[in-house]
Amino acid sequence: MSAQPLRLALVGNPNCGKTALFNQLTGSRQKVANYAGVTVERKEGRLHTGSGRSYALLDLPGAYSLHAASLDEAVTRDFCRGFLPGEAPPDVLVCVVDATNLRLHLRFALEVRELDKPMILAVNMMDAARRRGIRVDLDALSRELGVPVVETVAVRHNGARALVEQIERMADAPHPPKHRLGADADLHAETRRLLSLAVDMPQRTARVDDALDRWLLQPVIGFVALIVVMFLIFQAVYAWATPLMDLIEAGTGALGEWVGATLPEGPLNSLLVDGIIAGVGGVIVFLPQILILFAFILALEESGYLPRAAFLLDRLMASAGLSGRSFIPLLSSFACAIPGIMATRSIQDPRDRLATILVAPLMTCSARLPVYALLIGAFVPQKQIGMFNQQGLVLFGLYVAGILSALMVAWVMKKWRRDKSEHPLMLELPSYRIPHPRDLAIGLWERAWIFLRRVGGIILAMTILLWVLLNFPAPPPDAVGPAIDYSFAGRIGHAMAVFFAPLGFNWQICIALIPGMAAREVAVSSLATVYALSAADDEAAARALEPLISDGWSLATALSLLVWYIYAPMCISTLATIKRETNSWKQMSYAMFYLFALAYLASLLTYQVARALGAG
Amino acid sequence: MLTELAPRTLAIVESVDDSHPNDNIARRLRELGFVDGEEVQIVARGPLGAEPLLVQVGFTRFALRRSEAARIRVRPAGAVA
Repeated sequence: MSAQPLRLALVGNPNCGKTALFNQLTGSRQKVANYAGVTVERKEGRLHTGSGRSYALLDLPGAYSLHAASLDEAVTRDFCRGFLPGEAPPDVLVCVVDATNLRLHLRFALEVRELDKPMILAVNMMDAARRRGIRVDLDALSRELGVPVVETVAVRHNGARALVEQIERMADAPHPPKHRLGADADLHAETRRLLSLAVDMPQRTARVDDALDRWLLQPVIGFVALIVVMFLIFQAVYAWATPLMDLIEAGTGALGEWVGATLPEGPLNSLLVDGIIAGVGGVIVFLPQILILFAFILALEESGYLPRAAFLLDRLMASAGLSGRSFIPLLSSFACAIPGIMATRSIQDPRDRLATILVAPLMTCSARLPVYALLIGAFVPQKQIGMFNQQGLVLFGLYVAGILSALMVAWVMKKWRRDKSEHPLMLELPSYRIPHPRDLAIGLWERAWIFLRRVGGIILAMTILLWVLLNFPAPPPDAVGPAIDYSFAGRIGHAMAVFFAPLGFNWQICIALIPGMAAREVAVSSLATVYALSAADDEAAARALEPLISDGWSLATALSLLVWYIYAPMCISTLATIKRETNSWKQMSYAMFYLFALAYLASLLTYQVARALGAG
Repeated sequence: MLTELAPRTLAIVESVDDSHPNDNIARRLRELGFVDGEEVQIVARGPLGAEPLLVQVGFTRFALRRSEAARIRVRPAGAVA
């Protein structure tokens, strides 16, 4: 075996099951990064075959055509041609087509064949095709195309065996397609000829799709179904995660006690217990909620429901200056604005894309969940209203507030620009499918890993920095009152409190806002650290954060802080992503300024109104 | 025009017309399979203002705004070209 493994690339239309096939071939041996210089996700994995050989396998972004209409498609085009900077040209192209959608996908396969590179055609989802009575004559297809053709079932164990064997054969003797059409040929006519020769299809669409679409896209029932789905997700995030969260909380609590009792009294003890364990533990506890939210988004994406939601919402979003396509990036932003903003690359239209990027931070990301969860837990009684949990209802309300604000902001931006040009939708609604557990598991694992890396990196560093600020300089020997008043952090907090007093924020909150700029969820761990250190006695320090703030803060302050976090632009990584994606400091400053202004005004309004109503 | 077609009625595509020179939207529509002789039908319409249209062409369904669908010229199925 040579030092450089052979490079294979998976190409194909969106929704051809390419990524499921990629997961099947590489298992968990995947590396996710970006292509050099552009922000398109690059997924590379290793394929180890039974014969002991190993290949580098790349999952290219889905494309309808090599006449690129988006950044994703441009990457696929340049990579296939070997022009992409920083990437060696692929040795073998594996073109993946969906057996139930050959009219569209074969045309693209013909375009790929014109590249004159060694190529294998993988006819995927053959199981679904057989169930629908579709017969594909692979030998005829292979003969007419002049390239090897294999069938695959990406979701079945060993469903890619024929493809692996073919890859081995192609690796031994790479050869370009036996024939091609030439530059000006009519690819549609050739596709029809191939279909008539090699494919027998009794019915054009799946009966399941017809029936489901009839109901799920029906104007009234469809909307109701969409709202029910969204609502269920948020209830589940709250209700199902609780036992796991209690477990994690008990675990970190016990660990803190054990470390506190084992280590001698002193700064190291305080750093570990008050700083690191309280801080990081306070964030990890939200992992179950984040994973449940991600699991739902992934499942909806895999099942094919998300584009339906985009269809239902397109008109509404278009009137606000967005598009139905914005729905998927915005929904991802509920998990985290960063993948959400990165997902806007699938929006071809530059104006729609920019508008989506600018409002994505208004979607309630999972990093805000810890803050919301803490405040709701402390101030909203756990009560059933009919079949709903009152805390879940409030959480739902906060999400809705974020969405409505985003629509409003997008609408204002649209009016501002007075842009009358046309912005296309052209969105494919793929067949419904049942999500495969392996694909969900790999997707979830990627997300959990990103979250834990953040906890390990930024959040840990911020927690330690904060602990230092909170503990130094030490109070003079004749000090009265808690030590924290003499520390750097105490002074900064008291100074900021002047500016934030009209919003009802006390100095402890102000301190927590600073490290919260690195990542919003740090605000919670910071509050935990601040309160643990500012407690007058050991008994108060031992109490959890929740009862502490519910006694110490007024309802108006809690509401004001909740509203602050609907808008607050306090996430450096999001701002960095906006800068990178728009390639413009101006757009980034614009986003930061408008979010900060909205946050301040809305919190001010909330606090003052709540106080006037007697909640102060 | 496709926008005038009644829901769930088969029709045949005649052509996609460029609404201006170098019309990228029209080119993409042709790439997606809206070419002479293909069967199309409107499967569903959006809940507000019958926008967007869900159009079936070949084995695929696309959501198209009315302005996009207006580029597609169709004739009734069964009629001779």
